[in-house]
Amino acid sequence: MKHLRSIEELGVEGIVRILSLSEHMAQVNQRPVPKVPALIGRTVVSLFFEDSTRTRISFETAAKRLSADTMTFSVSTSSVNKGESLRDTIETVSAMGVAAFVVRHKTSGIPWQLSQWTDACIINAGDGWHQHPTQALLDTYTVMSTLGRTPSATCLAGLRIAIVGDVRHSRVARSNVQAFTALGAQVVLVAPRTLLPPGVEDWPVEISSSLDEVIGDVDVLYMLRMQRERMNEALVPHLGEYSQRFGLDERRATLLRDTALVMHPGPMNRGVEMVVDPATLPGNVITRQVANGVSVRMAVLFDVLGGSEVTTGVQT
Amino acid sequence: MTNQQTINIRGGRLMDPLTGRNGRMADIHIAAGQVRAVVDSGNDLPSADIELDATNCIVSPGLVDLHVHLREPGREESETIETGSRAAALGGFTAIVAMPNTEPAQDSRIVVEFVRAQGERAGLCEVVPAGCITLGRAGEALAPYDELRDAGVRLFTDDGNGVQDPLLMRRALEYARDLDVTLAQHCEVSRLTTGAVMHEGSCCGHLGLPGWPAIAEELMVHRDIELVRLTGGRIHFLHLSTQRSVDMVRVAKAEGLAITAEAAPHHFTLSDESLRSFDTVYKVNPPLRTARDIRALKDGLADGTIDAIATDHAPHASYLKEQPLDQAPPGMLGLETALALSLSELRMDVYDVLAALSWKPAKIAGIDDRHGRPIAVGEPANITVFNPSLEWTVDRNSGASKSKNTPYHGRVVSGKVRHTVFNGHGVVIEGVAQL
Repeated sequence: MKHLRSIEELGVEGIVRILSLSEHMAQVNQRPVPKVPALIGRTVVSLFFEDSTRTRISFETAAKRLSADTMTFSVSTSSVNKGESLRDTIETVSAMGVAAFVVRHKTSGIPWQLSQWTDACIINAGDGWHQHPTQALLDTYTVMSTLGRTPSATCLAGLRIAIVGDVRHSRVARSNVQAFTALGAQVVLVAPRTLLPPGVEDWPVEISSSLDEVIGDVDVLYMLRMQRERMNEALVPHLGEYSQRFGLDERRATLLRDTALVMHPGPMNRGVEMVVDPATLPGNVITRQVANGVSVRMAVLFDVLGGSEVTTGVQT
Repeated sequence: MTNQQTINIRGGRLMDPLTGRNGRMADIHIAAGQVRAVVDSGNDLPSADIELDATNCIVSPGLVDLHVHLREPGREESETIETGSRAAALGGFTAIVAMPNTEPAQDSRIVVEFVRAQGERAGLCEVVPAGCITLGRAGEALAPYDELRDAGVRLFTDDGNGVQDPLLMRRALEYARDLDVTLAQHCEVSRLTTGAVMHEGSCCGHLGLPGWPAIAEELMVHRDIELVRLTGGRIHFLHLSTQRSVDMVRVAKAEGLAITAEAAPHHFTLSDESLRSFDTVYKVNPPLRTARDIRALKDGLADGTIDAIATDHAPHASYLKEQPLDQAPPGMLGLETALALSLSELRMDVYDVLAALSWKPAKIAGIDDRHGRPIAVGEPANITVFNPSLEWTVDRNSGASKSKNTPYHGRVVSGKVRHTVFNGHGVVIEGVAQL
């Protein structure tokens, strides 16, 4: 069974394949009726154990544009709150005849555990601090397409990308480091030591604790969301100090190159990591990330579920 | 249980504290729960009800496990004293120390006596209850050591919880000293391990799982060494898992402090890399560490810094392990694989492995009047017969434990228990439990 659980498992070839498919899906999305019958009759279930309206809607939009039937299983209204185990939940819903599960959970590793108990495809929509592969793919696609490059194993070569903020607790950072570096980009992580993961020395990245030193020579500035509960864990003194050291404010924005892209996975913490209004920045591609998300998730669903050229009319 | 069986064990190599590392080819006769005759191989023995063949086997004092979770009372869906005792007998153990994290905890005479009685009812090995250091293992007030000592308890621990409060630990060591009992510490500074799932290191950073840093164990090992120095008390360190812990214990023992230590087979055979599969069977507390720590534990066992191999046998029903990694309970089975893993993975003589699995832990548990004894006339007949080089494949579905959470499913190991004699009874014969 085909899954999309991590960027590592997908590999460079897989990333390039998804990026190419995403270009075609983007074309579909520009048609007057952006819908193809590629996955007609297939059922895609969003299994969200953790709230995430935007990711869920993005996946469901993608699935509907490929004509799949979509259902949502959300924990607040489900049997999980009645003491049902993870295994019982997945086995029960699988028995209804599900082609793919789109899974979000607050704990790392859930997609691997679930895939032992179901024959359906598992698409990881975020597991704990571990992986969020479709975010990394849509971010990669956004950088590539904005810079007018085409899908290849070296399509991010020569780019310097700074990822700023709470890398330690970020599945976005882990996935993006893997995807960006796999395609040839040079990545620099910018964070206080307390927000870097153990063993980061072994990652194929540079590390800096000064955004001011880094910001002037990057092609992409990727800002991570700073969660308020980190204040309670003695990781940073307070949000104000964090913002002062690692936030993108108007002064820092003037240090950016004109051509530098500014990205954020959302939702943004205005006044914390994002002090300046991003709409005023020439390189702001944050809403483009969201738009590309639908095309990329269409590509992922199509790839994993093995939709055929005949039914899509999409050249692959 | 009556002591009517008579048993002959023939053709094996005796190995006990007095035979030395090469052992001695000898046959033995058992009656009325005791060894009644030991003769050079092939010489005459009295006739017996049961003849046990020990060709190609080692005949040793029964194994002793200082660290077993039997889950009864309170968690009988995962294990009972009977099923755990059967797993122990099949693993060659004639005595197992039952950890006190039962529900209710073993902090009173009534619970301790219940556990012991259930062990006697099963009749497969001696179940030796450990007491708690603090009431309810809550870390707030001392448990009644004298009451528990009267009920036969010699080892006290809050296993699963380290005693966090240094004042309380100091008082416990001082108070225990008069009663000649041993405190056993689960070393973990809990403020450093909140929510932890696995060893804090490269692998945990990659997998995005909350880390359990080595320092959380080492700080408590260090503190307790200093408290032993201060109080003149005695401590046993449970399941040491890190290189620095082993180093500190080595130095402290050289200074003559009354310290003993154990290591669990999973800590010297598996590393944190196992968690890459996200399989909860590998979640254990303390966590699986690194290759460097594994080397240090093996070295520590080889040079005697670590006295005992103890399993930390921790059964959990499948539905409990089939939860997200942060919610699945820590622990893995150990009783049926400990001897084989020790013989297969440690670069140690069989004799030294037996020292760490039998007579040294018997002494730490305070049961060396009846376990880990020499095999000699008049001694209690607690004896294990095993083939040290027989290969077999671990199968989680064929174990005697009520749970299946062994991390070794499918692994080929060498060393298989053939017979176990407990209290003069053949409780395991030809690898089959008789009760």
